[in-house]
Amino acid sequence: MRTFLHSRWGKLAIGAGVVAIAAILPLLDIRIPGVLPGPTYTPGTLSMLAYAMLIAALALSYHLIFGVAGMLSFGHAMFFAAGAYGLGILLSLLAPTGMPPEAVFLLAIALTLVLALVLGGLVGALALRVTGISFAMVTLAFAQAANVLIRRNTAGLTGGEEGVRIETDVVPELLVGVVNTRNLYWLALGILVLVYLACLWLERSRLGHVVAAARENELRVTVLGLRPYRVRLFVFAAAAVLGAIAGMGFMLLQSSATPRISTADFTLTLLVIVVLGGVGYRWGAIVGGIVYTLLDQRLADLASAAWIQGLPDVLRIPLSEPLFLLGMLFVLVVMFAPGGIVGLAHRVSRRRGGARDATRPEALQDVEA
Amino acid sequence: MSILVLLLITGVGLGALYFLVASGLSLIYGLMGVLNFAHGSFLTLAGFIGWEVGRRVGDGTWGGLLVGMLVGVVVGALVAALTELVFIRPLYERHIEQVLVTVGLGLASVALFEGIWGTDPIQIRLPAWLGETTDVLGANIPNDRWLLIGCAILVLALIVLFLQRTSYGLVIRAGVENRTMVTALGIDVRRAFTIVFAIGGAAAGLGGVLASVYYGQVSAHQGTSLLIFAFIVTVIGGLGSLTGAAIASVLVAVIQQLANFYGGWGDFAVVLALALVLLFRPTGLMGKVKH
Repeated sequence: MRTFLHSRWGKLAIGAGVVAIAAILPLLDIRIPGVLPGPTYTPGTLSMLAYAMLIAALALSYHLIFGVAGMLSFGHAMFFAAGAYGLGILLSLLAPTGMPPEAVFLLAIALTLVLALVLGGLVGALALRVTGISFAMVTLAFAQAANVLIRRNTAGLTGGEEGVRIETDVVPELLVGVVNTRNLYWLALGILVLVYLACLWLERSRLGHVVAAARENELRVTVLGLRPYRVRLFVFAAAAVLGAIAGMGFMLLQSSATPRISTADFTLTLLVIVVLGGVGYRWGAIVGGIVYTLLDQRLADLASAAWIQGLPDVLRIPLSEPLFLLGMLFVLVVMFAPGGIVGLAHRVSRRRGGARDATRPEALQDVEA
Repeated sequence: MSILVLLLITGVGLGALYFLVASGLSLIYGLMGVLNFAHGSFLTLAGFIGWEVGRRVGDGTWGGLLVGMLVGVVVGALVAALTELVFIRPLYERHIEQVLVTVGLGLASVALFEGIWGTDPIQIRLPAWLGETTDVLGANIPNDRWLLIGCAILVLALIVLFLQRTSYGLVIRAGVENRTMVTALGIDVRRAFTIVFAIGGAAAGLGGVLASVYYGQVSAHQGTSLLIFAFIVTVIGGLGSLTGAAIASVLVAVIQQLANFYGGWGDFAVVLALALVLLFRPTGLMGKVKH
């Protein structure tokens, strides 16, 4: 059994099983008090789960940059925002042209993808001229500029602090309204699976191996006659497109986008998610994304609970700030469990199997500038 | 002409604020290779506590402000030293994880400040003189700029004196140049780490109180917004270079003020400056250190 589970077909079977279970969740009546706000078929729970999966997809795309290519980027939220804002703005621009709604919808999606690719390519081409901390700073600066553009309501398109609302007339009916939350949930699941498969393919490809090798030892890759710059740029642009896909899903799910999703804090949250789940593990990004979102939501509910409100200030204030608790949890994970949640799981399963000791994920050691 | 003078002096005043944050960042990075994302929190906390103590001593008086500044310096130094001892030191030589820990601390502490002092900025009272203006070549310069510039020059002088004239300063300067060599000579660099953190924290703490003077308010997000500009200043000036940080602070702030006045593109001008510097001089204006 053990060997089957570790074989290629075994892994495929596990993956398919997980997706299948996730896919039938909206049809079931599962209640997990304290984790989910209600039964799994209710719109509230479904939309929260869909949000968690989109964040997981975004975290996966960030994993490509940080975990696989070993580049510490502080600008990834920019591409998520490009997806969300791009779709929203293009839909409202194309809606009055009189084209059939389906054509407008598909065209807007295609154009948003192109936009993300161009943006990712341009920012990547500039930022990748430097490495390490300087790279992080350049991406941070670009993201900051994008954030300012969005907050300023540039050209009357981005709506300033109010953000952008989606033009529902040109969105397929199946994806509009609380009644159809179930479809949006499946869409989010589809996006997560798509991004996962894209990551898998990229990591297994020759290009993925070169990028990972460049993370380990750039000089050696260069001496072998390969160019780290090009493959890194490709991975950066690919991650940008995948992030934009998650952003488009977010736009459809929430039917609006605010400047919050373009802030540096949002990228830092992604970093927290990836590290929480386990740097270098694909599953880490997914588990991290879902656990983080659920924790964030539930801790906010906890904050308004009666027994917390009754506590003295010294305990009440820290406990009623979800971000404080998550930040401290993150610090503890970095200090005491460098492999994150998935790393811990690996360590436990290996110890039980009597195999060699778990090692630290190599990614963390080598990202260093 | 008078507008240009006003913009220049105001820019230098803002640059003074950037310098107080960036000097610590730059020294810490130069010596330890850690980009400290919690630096903004040192600033915010010192600003809040400096204000809380200052208004109890004398709200809106010089005495209150001076006590507040002193408290800010002490709080900044203590919190920074504590952060280094508890969170940074256990992760010795693991730079990325050190950065991640400071990211976590930065996020968590801002949330905590919001919980304690609320999300809205709190208006503060200042000595009357700071609200008035002085006439320089026809331009009415707000007086608080002089306080900022004076304090930044004092801090710069003190740090330079410390680095040039004390034995610890010698260790720190040598450590920035080549840490392995210093360690090989049998000197415990780790004590220098704590000292550098404390100095950086003290400067940021003073910056926190002065930021509340500059903006006329204290808020939980003051540190975060200043921190991003301080990062940019640090990279433009050259990571690890104190002189670079000083020059870049003034340069960035003046560019920002001018671009803000002529067209309102201050933030973009700064990002553009950063992109240009990195493209043509990736180590920054005065940077030599490579980690």
